[in-house]
Amino acid sequence: MVRTYLLLAWTWLRASAQYPVSLAMMVLGSFAVNALDVAAIWIIFQHTGSLGGFGLAEVMFLYGTADMSFALADTLFGNVDRLSHHIRSGSFDTMLIRPASAFVQMATDRFSVHRFGRLAQSAVVLGIALPRLGLPWERTWMVPLMIACGVVIFAAIFTLGGALQFLLTDAPEVANAFTYGGSALTQYPLSVYGEQLVRGVTFVVPLAFVNWQPALYVLDRPDPLGLPYWLRFAAPLAALLLALAAALAWRAGIRRYRSTGS
Amino acid sequence: MIEVDRAGRSFTVGRGSARRTVHAVRDLSFTVGAGEFVGYLGPNGAGKSTTIKMLTGVLAPTSGRLRVAGLDPTRRRTALARRIGVVFGQRTTLWWDLPLKDSFQLIRYLYKVDRIDFRRRLDELAGLLDLGSFMDTPVRQLSLGQRMRGDVTAALLHDPAVLVLDEPTIGLDVVSKAAMRDFLRRLNAERGTTVLLTTHDLGDIEKLCRRVMLIDHGRLGFDGTLDELRATGPDGDSLEEVVARLYTGSAPGTPAPP
Ligand SMILES: Nc1ncnc2c1ncn2[C@@H]1O[C@H](COP(=O)(O)OP(=O)(O)O)[C@@H](O)[C@H]1O
Ligand SMILES: [Mg+2]
Repeated sequence: MVRTYLLLAWTWLRASAQYPVSLAMMVLGSFAVNALDVAAIWIIFQHTGSLGGFGLAEVMFLYGTADMSFALADTLFGNVDRLSHHIRSGSFDTMLIRPASAFVQMATDRFSVHRFGRLAQSAVVLGIALPRLGLPWERTWMVPLMIACGVVIFAAIFTLGGALQFLLTDAPEVANAFTYGGSALTQYPLSVYGEQLVRGVTFVVPLAFVNWQPALYVLDRPDPLGLPYWLRFAAPLAALLLALAAALAWRAGIRRYRSTGS
Repeated sequence: MIEVDRAGRSFTVGRGSARRTVHAVRDLSFTVGAGEFVGYLGPNGAGKSTTIKMLTGVLAPTSGRLRVAGLDPTRRRTALARRIGVVFGQRTTLWWDLPLKDSFQLIRYLYKVDRIDFRRRLDELAGLLDLGSFMDTPVRQLSLGQRMRGDVTAALLHDPAVLVLDEPTIGLDVVSKAAMRDFLRRLNAERGTTVLLTTHDLGDIEKLCRRVMLIDHGRLGFDGTLDELRATGPDGDSLEEVVARLYTGSAPGTPAPP
């Protein structure tokens, strides 16, 4: 599965290298768009000293980890949410007749370097934020773990969004609302949002585990909502459960797949 | 090689009060033995493509069972993919943006074809189907005839026991069509590959198929040899007239039942 992924991605990458200029433009473009996000955070801090009780470096940390998770998930699996397009054009049929996972074929379709633009940008943000936080070593182990769990959570949401398109072939936007909405939501400290929303993204759509809960541990902060301390370590569990749900939904979707007339 | 036992597939279409069930295929039963060359005929919307999609595991049947090359297509889709070749005339199974030879290379990997076997088979197929001049061209830039030859090659690189083709000659010019027919006939005669072919072109049927199955409104209307098919009409009728009569179930021109 991993080898199939790498081979397909590499083949697409090579094919896309035929247009180096347009690729460079796309990478720069996506880098620039996301840099605006960071500029927005910086401007907010020109006016206030803190956001939801968090300082600039801490907010950059929250932003950077969420964005890196999202960028990685998007790079690796984001294309899965283009399923309805493939169903309508009939190309999903052709993926199903090949002896390889349809999911991997979807994920790697048209793989190109422009997917790396956002990743580079989140690495820059984290590179600025981390030294300024002066984290103690005994807490830093959580950082790669939280990013990895974030990748799984976002990938699972992408997959759920794709699976939904087996039913709603004409409404891919519904799914996009979750993935891109989720990514936007996790860029700020959850304490700036209302309590109901925070509970929702903790216990229903587990976005709080992308960065918020583990970050409370890394930054050694009390939970503004007073939720139990062990939740800070629950990210792997949340990621696992969501990934399981996504895998089941995808399988059910393939079972119910109805192709298109002629 | 292919066993279909009372297979059916229906779709619910429309919303609200316009909601209804379309029976694309109903109660379909037939078997195809190893080495047969079978033509699958039917008017537009008869259920040919739906049958092919069920045989290849793309669509799960809503009733009945199917077995292809010893496997249940829905449950063992990827295992089955290694044993059959599939060509959709209306769309390519190749990678649109990749040069033809890269597509073949990917197929070699996905189907786990031995390097030496692959080279030998690709050389042979490239010779027979005359692919030499466009191996480096991206698939999207190929003409329909070139693309179809590429698709057929791709479907055969792993040396499948069964080849299923959905309208492989649609839109081809006379020369390409003749080349395609000649190739398929040799494939069946020399390698013993089982072939199931849907087409609207009765020329394909006359030149290639010993056995013909006819489907209309999702039901099998005729299953027999080409001669038996001809014998259903009065002497002197062309194959076209015979088939047209069978499609409507009565005299030509009678509207199809709802
Ligand atoms: N995915 C689908 N959704 C709804 N109806 C479909 C679908 N696929 C096929 N049909 C319907 O089933 C019938 C048979 O279609 P098809 O198998 O494509 O016919 P053929 O290939 O013989 O022209 C048609 O009435 C068609 O509209
Ligand atoms: Mg058809």
